[in-house]
Amino acid sequence: MSKGDEGYGKWEELVGAALLGTDRRRGGGPAGSPEALLDAAAVHTVRRRAGLRPAAAGPRPEPAPRDPRPAPPEEARRRLSQLLAGRTGAGSGSGRRGAAPDLTELLPQWLAAAARHGYRAPAALVPALLDAARARTDLRPQALALAGTRGLWLARLNPDWRFALRGGAGGARELPDVTDPAGVERLWQEGLFAERVALLGAVRAHEAAAAPRLLATTWATERAEDRLMFLDSLRVGLSEGDEPFLEAALGDRSRNVRATAAELLSALPRSALAGRMAERALACVGPEGVTPPAECDAGMLRDGVVKRPPAGRGERAWWLGQIVEAAPLSCWPERFGGLGPAEIVALPVAEGEGWTEELHAAWCRAAVRQGDAPWSRALLGPPSASPAAGPGTASLAERAKLLETLPDAERAEWVAEFIRAHGLSEAFQLLGVCVVPWAGALGRAVVDALDMAREAGSYPWSFSGVMGLAERCLDPAEAGRLEALTAATEEPPDAAPGAAAYWAEAFQRLVATLRLRAAMLSELAPAA
Amino acid sequence: MTEQGVRWTAEQVLALAPDDASRKAGSRLGGAGPWSQIGGSASGSVWGLCKGSGSKPYRTVVDLAGPAYKCSCPSRKFPCKHALGLLLLWSAEGVGEPGEAPDWAAQWLADRAAKAARPAAGAGAPVDEEGARKRAERRAARVGAGVTELEQRLADLLRGGLAGQEQAGYAGWEETAARMVDAQAPGLAGRVRELGTIPSCGPGWPARMLEEAALLHLLDRAWLGVAGLPEQLAATVRSRVGLPASGEGEAVRDRWLVLAQYDSVSPDGRLTTRRIWLRGLQGGRPALVLDFGPPGRPPGLSLPVGLVLEAEVRFRPGSAGLRADLGERISAAVPCAGVPSGVSTGAALEAYGAALREDPWLESWPVVLGPVVPIPGELGWQLADAEGTGALPVPLTGSGSRSRSGLWQLAALSGGGPVTVFGECGHRGFTPLTAWQPDSPEPVALS
Repeated sequence: MSKGDEGYGKWEELVGAALLGTDRRRGGGPAGSPEALLDAAAVHTVRRRAGLRPAAAGPRPEPAPRDPRPAPPEEARRRLSQLLAGRTGAGSGSGRRGAAPDLTELLPQWLAAAARHGYRAPAALVPALLDAARARTDLRPQALALAGTRGLWLARLNPDWRFALRGGAGGARELPDVTDPAGVERLWQEGLFAERVALLGAVRAHEAAAAPRLLATTWATERAEDRLMFLDSLRVGLSEGDEPFLEAALGDRSRNVRATAAELLSALPRSALAGRMAERALACVGPEGVTPPAECDAGMLRDGVVKRPPAGRGERAWWLGQIVEAAPLSCWPERFGGLGPAEIVALPVAEGEGWTEELHAAWCRAAVRQGDAPWSRALLGPPSASPAAGPGTASLAERAKLLETLPDAERAEWVAEFIRAHGLSEAFQLLGVCVVPWAGALGRAVVDALDMAREAGSYPWSFSGVMGLAERCLDPAEAGRLEALTAATEEPPDAAPGAAAYWAEAFQRLVATLRLRAAMLSELAPAA
Repeated sequence: MTEQGVRWTAEQVLALAPDDASRKAGSRLGGAGPWSQIGGSASGSVWGLCKGSGSKPYRTVVDLAGPAYKCSCPSRKFPCKHALGLLLLWSAEGVGEPGEAPDWAAQWLADRAAKAARPAAGAGAPVDEEGARKRAERRAARVGAGVTELEQRLADLLRGGLAGQEQAGYAGWEETAARMVDAQAPGLAGRVRELGTIPSCGPGWPARMLEEAALLHLLDRAWLGVAGLPEQLAATVRSRVGLPASGEGEAVRDRWLVLAQYDSVSPDGRLTTRRIWLRGLQGGRPALVLDFGPPGRPPGLSLPVGLVLEAEVRFRPGSAGLRADLGERISAAVPCAGVPSGVSTGAALEAYGAALREDPWLESWPVVLGPVVPIPGELGWQLADAEGTGALPVPLTGSGSRSRSGLWQLAALSGGGPVTVFGECGHRGFTPLTAWQPDSPEPVALS
């Protein structure tokens, strides 16, 4: 506000007199005695306050782009605000007790469900959402998607939220029409990284071949970090149209870019790189046995094979693994006289020479990379078999990745069968890749296993990981069926003391959380 | 409306919660699960039985007009989680057709009704007029002595100059403030403490210190000549010095919209002050209702933003007619259906300026501003008229400023476009408290 009245200069004089003190100020001045100075200052102060005028407005922020998505219903908005407020509270830390549901872990599910309904974030909650995304990187993609254009608009204004402008999908500006070359060109040249990634996605969705053309226009001037991110964004919807561009990227300055280009090419079974790898692999592996490469030549290096093995691995085994991993799995049946994956995996290839483990591990990585369900199935073996005796790998992390290539229903069925055969203690990672909410049979297998653990008399916190997972992943419709388990049962004679009561409480919390999830999801459903 | 008036939104219910834990606990009880025998009356009350951990369910009743609560649970929180849960349930689903309250609820509701009908306590008591006059005289004499001493202190300050104040420290002013407390002039004590903090408040402090010293001097002089002042101004001076209000204020019956409610805690953490801003929908008059809470306890009165309650509000004499007490409530509170109309930045400052005529010590005046566009800035925020070029700064530091998170909420609501904002407009700028988006009647309390 401007001070704007005629006595402004006089006010400055009064302040000067007050700073100095009336004792030191001789010869008149605006006010002689302290009382007179205070009188004058009082008149001034009240007059200035009463006569205040608005100041000139500074530059206004550019208005945020309109977000055409609907806002969630009121109940759902309230739930989100609760979940965001609760996120800083006592989280899902260890030693969590009691029958009350845990709200923290429900936030990711709320965000995912809201995304399915295509909602935008309620404007008033966007700052809290950005704060949450800042604190929890796992929430970032979904939180930023929900916050949408309003979130990016805010992030431009507040340095605390700068992170939102890099990474994540969606743009602060509305994307231009992909058929408008000038608009596409402008955003590609001037846009923020997130906007450019979004633009690239939109252009690819419209015409696959246009994306590499767009990338090529600026490729030489992009930073290595950005080149890597752009390449990585091609992973989704990768097609043969991308091959020439990827092939060219095999000669990139950055080793990471080269490796990623090679990896992507190997996931295209008909690419030239895949063909070269198949040739190398078929030369090494066949019905007659395994002969790993004797050297890592220049061609292999250019195709992304890393020469130096990590500590403790042999050179030749290391090269073999990389070649087989990058070779299309479709090349093997012919080499093995028309056998299917399961039969090939079962063959005693190279037994006694010690290459079997290396070969099977490479096949596992190839099946994951190429998303090949028949090979995954063969490498996993029957779920009832002991993991150690499986054909592919005993590593649960690797098996979880193989499972991801199977169709949803088959995956759930396989894990359910695994739990029935081996119990819960090893199932944690496998459960993590199953689609939420869990299919009926899978959910029942988990609950039955938990109930058996209770009957065996152990403490529920030995299973807190699975219990937490169940709270997040069980179908809310199971809540009714679970009710029977919430009653405290008699302690088995050899049970740990107090275990029955703790189990009852744990099941109560499970039921309460499922009910809450059910309520949460129904709140998000648009009113009919 | 067949049942208990228009139902509140869940936000409005949750605004009643005394703390975060109650909010969460109440939310969990907001489903039909643990409840039985739920009902409500046409006169604005709801009740229900809530299953707890014991064998007997808790009996919960809420009088929506208060709102006031009664629950048989042992919780000392107020309202308890059961009352919140019951209100949430009512807000989400209603409680059906109005009916007869069960005995346990009816008794309490009847007691409340009887209490409301009774004349204000003390009105019928015999008044010892002579004694009261003597007490008032004694107190006036003590305040007078304090005022004279304070004038001496201010004169010393100006004689020696403000320049030394940065080094002088706060202790001297704290001592003077204590003398004002002894002189039974708590209003002066508060202003003296405030004065003592100014030298450590950053650039421009000498001008601010001179302003505050001058206004304190003005108050001293006004007190010394209070007998000659017009009655309203005299009442203002007495209340600014810290004397209890004498005489009855004006009672205004209206439908009062709750514009804002926020708490501040005294520097020593011992007292929570809750400010509730109301505006009469018919008369347009603003009112400030204060309530206080001892350490660790929130104040008892809670009125969620956006509710409208029909009630009698009694204004205290003086202080530009802002301070008020909530009197008899005529009906249950209901949510407001529209966005209050706002004024330009110029009109907001004019309103503050006009109010200074009645109370020159007034820091700010309640104003609904709008449509305005919030302009965030590294150095300071502004609220600018959507049509025109005028803008008000938003104070970021010092007394009366609000947290930055509330400002970011305001920016998020606006998205660079116009919003309506309620807040306190004064010589330091405009402090936003509540905002409305253009397309929604739902107020957002800025945290």
